[in-house]
Amino acid sequence: MTNRATREAYGETLVELVGEGLNVVAVDADLAGSTTTGKLGAACPGRLVDVGIAEQDMVGVAAGLSLTGRIVFTGSFAVFGTGRCYDQIRNTVCDSDLDVKVCPTHSGITVGEDGATHQSLEDIGMMRALPNMRVLVPADYRAAKAAIRIAATNEGPFYVRLGRHKVPEVYDESFEGGLPYAGVLRVGSDVTIAACGVEVAQALAAADLLERKGIDAEVLDVFSVKPLDEDAILASAGKTGHVVTCEEHTVRGGMGSAVAELLSERLPTPMSLVGMRTFGTSAPGDVLLHHFGLDAGGIAAAVERHLA
Amino acid sequence: MRVRTTAEVRLVANDLRRDIIRMLEASSSGHPGGSLSAADIMAELWFGGGMDFDPSNPGDRTHDRFLLSKGHAAPALYAAFYELGWLGEEDVMSLRQLGSRCQGHPDNKVCPGVEACAGSLGQGLSIASGLALGLKADDSPRRVYVLCGDGEMQEGSNWEALMFAAHHGLDNLTMLLDFNDLQIDGHVTDVCSLGDIEAKLGAFGWSVQTIDGHDVGAVHLALERAKDAAGRPHAIVCKTVKGKGVSFMEGQAGWHGKAPSHVEAAAALSELEAERARLDQEVCDD
Repeated sequence: MTNRATREAYGETLVELVGEGLNVVAVDADLAGSTTTGKLGAACPGRLVDVGIAEQDMVGVAAGLSLTGRIVFTGSFAVFGTGRCYDQIRNTVCDSDLDVKVCPTHSGITVGEDGATHQSLEDIGMMRALPNMRVLVPADYRAAKAAIRIAATNEGPFYVRLGRHKVPEVYDESFEGGLPYAGVLRVGSDVTIAACGVEVAQALAAADLLERKGIDAEVLDVFSVKPLDEDAILASAGKTGHVVTCEEHTVRGGMGSAVAELLSERLPTPMSLVGMRTFGTSAPGDVLLHHFGLDAGGIAAAVERHLA
Repeated sequence: MRVRTTAEVRLVANDLRRDIIRMLEASSSGHPGGSLSAADIMAELWFGGGMDFDPSNPGDRTHDRFLLSKGHAAPALYAAFYELGWLGEEDVMSLRQLGSRCQGHPDNKVCPGVEACAGSLGQGLSIASGLALGLKADDSPRRVYVLCGDGEMQEGSNWEALMFAAHHGLDNLTMLLDFNDLQIDGHVTDVCSLGDIEAKLGAFGWSVQTIDGHDVGAVHLALERAKDAAGRPHAIVCKTVKGKGVSFMEGQAGWHGKAPSHVEAAAALSELEAERARLDQEVCDD
């Protein structure tokens, strides 16, 4: 099985969408090679606008292009492509409900060696707090393709969280996702591990570790963090009675918080949140997953602590 | 719509000022200073042939496009839309009240003719640039107009947009800069000076004209010149007086975001009425 990063799906899928007749363009900020929107520019000249190192302008220009009937995807790294231009995303894109898809890459702690300034750990929280914004966190290459397609074919603002970390593939080409969508990837009865993004593969591996200890974990991929697939999450939590969430994002306001908001109102369930509680640091992505307790071993340990 | 003569556009500007005062008095909240300073520019754009648009179709995307970047001048925009019949009396008189089409700052979701929400400064120029780029790519002959404030030019994002528009040679883009030299904390020159704004805009690759922003004939001429010049985006620096047309508001930073009381509104309307009588006479003399 090949390991691929979710960003690898980005430019490729945009090229496919253009081929299918969608009026798709991308606006990037000097990172078209890294985000892979450069593939769109190479395959379809005129479809990629590079504004230079100017993230605020990137979102403003995207907003303007959307007013000419285009479906506009933005680039940059998640930390800059959300934080540096948050006001533009909030006040221009979301409040105006424009057809702009905020899809930066290099999200989360697994950005790795570049260190804390480049590791976006608050983006899910910032984006899901915004009215009109939908938030998708794909677990692998195929899920990323599905997420980009969903964003392109549903009008209005989206945030798709893409990464550079190569992750094991969880899905085959038949995966389409949904809005909302959370899927059970492993059926279990003792505890629900709800994961998103790169943490889905880690959660599946954690479930294998837990099985050896006699713990039967259900693994849920929370593909759409907003809207949440409430039925799927409530069904799983209702069955197992325990929920552990894991994400390469701060536990303050991320996917785990979204699940906690749902359960606290509808089905109070004992929970533990696995995620970041500090800024990150420099190291290879897999080393950081281990260091911060976000790898399979860390998740399994958190589940054991939760059930103890 | 019949394009008005210069004398008639002056009358429209007077109407806009009257409506601005009326709606701000009714709402007891809002921004008179920067709305009044922009009234002549707005009158020329919407009624003097500055922009080509379909007055029977607010939100029409097949003609020229307009963005108000200095969103706090919303009353000036609403006054123009009111004169066009896009907003009714109940709309403008419910400014800033629950359920109104006339939100405190323009909102495209509820107000016909508004392209995008405005109010957070330094965003309209980027949006206008993207729009202009898209229209060019579509080989559209249509133009994009954006009204910015001078204080707003302190936002760094505007300078990103200025670079971008020049880089792409967006000669279908015209920025009107309502240069009233006042911001909330005082004179722009004192708070954080823009320096030689014309030289800066020129150095960024824009064609630059400086005019008296209250001379509707000058605004008209500058807009026509901008239509003829190819290869570069156009900046029209409109020297204006904040609060223009109401003597006690003119040049006063304190009237940036304060609505007139009933007594003050009555005084303002009486001044504007006297001005109107004078302008009416001019039209007759024409």
